[in-house]
Amino acid sequence: MDMPPLVAMVGNPNAGKSALFNALTGARQKVGNYPGVTVERHSGRLALDDGRPVELVDLPGAYSLEPSSPDERVTRDVLLGAQAGERRPDALVVVVDAANLDNHLRFAMQLIALGLPVVVALNMIDLAERDGLVLDPAVLARELGVPVIPTVAVRRRGIDVLRATLTDVVGTGRAAIGAVTLPDEDIAVLQRRARALSRAATVSETPTRRWHHALDSVALHPVFGPILLVGLLFVMFQAVFSWSEAPVGWIEDGFAALDAAVEGAMAPGFLRSLLTDGVIAGVGAVVVFLPLILILFLFILVLEASGYMVRAAFLLDRLMAGVGLSGRAFIPLLSSFACAVPGIMATRTIDDEKDRLTTILIAPLMTCSARLPVYTIIIGAFIPARQVLPFVGLQGLVLLGLYLMGIIGAFVAALLLRRTVTKGESSGFMMEMPKYQLPRLHDVVIGLWSRALIFLKRAGTTIALTTVVLWALLSFPKAPPGQSQVEYSVAGRIASGLEVVVRPIGFNHDIALALIPAMAAREVAVAAIGTAYAIDDTEDASGAKSLVDHLRGRWSLPTALAFLMWFVFAPQCISTIAVTRRETNGWRWPLFMLGYLFVTAYVMAGITFWLATFAGL
Amino acid sequence: MTISLETLPRHQAAVVDAIDWTRLATPEARRLRELGFDTGVPVQVLHRARIGGGPVACRIGRMTVALRRAVAGAIRVSVEPLAAE
Repeated sequence: MDMPPLVAMVGNPNAGKSALFNALTGARQKVGNYPGVTVERHSGRLALDDGRPVELVDLPGAYSLEPSSPDERVTRDVLLGAQAGERRPDALVVVVDAANLDNHLRFAMQLIALGLPVVVALNMIDLAERDGLVLDPAVLARELGVPVIPTVAVRRRGIDVLRATLTDVVGTGRAAIGAVTLPDEDIAVLQRRARALSRAATVSETPTRRWHHALDSVALHPVFGPILLVGLLFVMFQAVFSWSEAPVGWIEDGFAALDAAVEGAMAPGFLRSLLTDGVIAGVGAVVVFLPLILILFLFILVLEASGYMVRAAFLLDRLMAGVGLSGRAFIPLLSSFACAVPGIMATRTIDDEKDRLTTILIAPLMTCSARLPVYTIIIGAFIPARQVLPFVGLQGLVLLGLYLMGIIGAFVAALLLRRTVTKGESSGFMMEMPKYQLPRLHDVVIGLWSRALIFLKRAGTTIALTTVVLWALLSFPKAPPGQSQVEYSVAGRIASGLEVVVRPIGFNHDIALALIPAMAAREVAVAAIGTAYAIDDTEDASGAKSLVDHLRGRWSLPTALAFLMWFVFAPQCISTIAVTRRETNGWRWPLFMLGYLFVTAYVMAGITFWLATFAGL
Repeated sequence: MTISLETLPRHQAAVVDAIDWTRLATPEARRLRELGFDTGVPVQVLHRARIGGGPVACRIGRMTVALRRAVAGAIRVSVEPLAAE
């Protein structure tokens, strides 16, 4: 079957490319990955006016064809037909911001020079008009020699005209293109031509008081700016916990109902135990975190889409520079509070290689949502719910302390790494600050939806598989009467070996057992301890006890504290290791990450255990 | 009169006079060109992050761009006498 023609959307960052892509393709889009690199490939089908289908691909934003980040490299390679796993585009939609022609036209001119059929989308024309700028698209079209269509992607203005023009251009334009070559022109020269062209196309310009300048004088204010930032982060973390309470309850109820239904429908035995103790318990323990992750991502997507994230990076650059990073590291690190995987993927926008590597290596120290089930269970069982100050409970304080421990650990690690393994010139911080925009519901929903899918896929595959394997290892071989099933099982025997290593830092057999499956994902630790106690309970005539009762009976306080400290540092997440391998193109850095974090976790947990023991806790 | 962008007072209209490319790393210099820094382009300092030497946000062409002080220091600007209010 013939592949439909490929049309690539390309333009500067902040040209409104993705919104235009969403407007053209609607919900019919696919998010994948380019092979070998973790740059996301967004593509969608679109029917032209004459019925021909085309595939539209949204290329990462770039400033020029000379790449300075992995994202920009993909854009260049696709355009030159050199990207593995991608056809060379048959036509381009070049997106430019109407209010920033001086700059965007330069890249557009470079793209037109490639010789592919081109339509220019003069996007966000409404914002330009609001800023008092009146443009003449006809002048631009004449000077550039390609069709120029004014569009407002977020209001779907100009979309039909754009599609009609694309129908004319695809397949009929300057066909039979030979090898695409990179036009060799000096940026400064092109830039001057772009400015001249921009002036020629400007009919009139009335200076207006721009509201985003007023916003910036608060957001970037030396005093109010940081206060606003801290306030926003506080509201965000507060919301993650308070808004998620109800949906978490619904999901828990749902899984309980499912569990009961299976119990009722099946006779007791091997298969039922596998389904209820293994699959439903394991997947359920993870899926309950979906609301937390989605709320966190909601904030991150809105902060990013509104343009505030770059302001936060601006405010924090000085602080980050102190440990050898740049303000850009803030965005990936903030995402890592939800999950280190998208956080590490977000480092792709950091140009400097050493800077990016350091950010990747410290990203797992941000307290991701997978640690929460571990923290909440242990804190709930061992830390008394006492008020220390009005509105400040001891449990909350301990949780805050664990978050801070991770942040401090990350800063110290960055400082040390930048002086040793990722030594190099201090990287720069040079960033375009986009105009503030009201995030569009449609775009935010699409972003959240793809995040939810990725998470559920992970819960459905990796985590389900791990819990089933653990269940099997715990259930076989069957212990003779009078002996503990958990101790006698395969998993129990492996744990006994590991116990020798972790005994000096106060860990008992149960913890050793939980650490093995928790390598796949941290949250499995709780499920693992739960499964082990559940399997032991069925042997025990005294009947089922709650997990918290079990913990209180079997663990000492120093052990529990050491366990918490372990989870602040331990790199227990297969997905993080896998994404680090992909992002750094090899095993060297993920293995280094595993090594340095495990050693730190071991030492810190040991210190905690012995300090707590000597303090008589 | 030419001064460095680093010391240009906030909201003072100015024009880029010269850029000392030798003080910049190659990728830094390229990105600076891509963002539109060039002789003869109007520039204005909008914000400075904290007193302790944080980055500067400046208006170049129609864009707002954040730069570190060291980079701003490599950019000489001439102050337009008319706009000096």
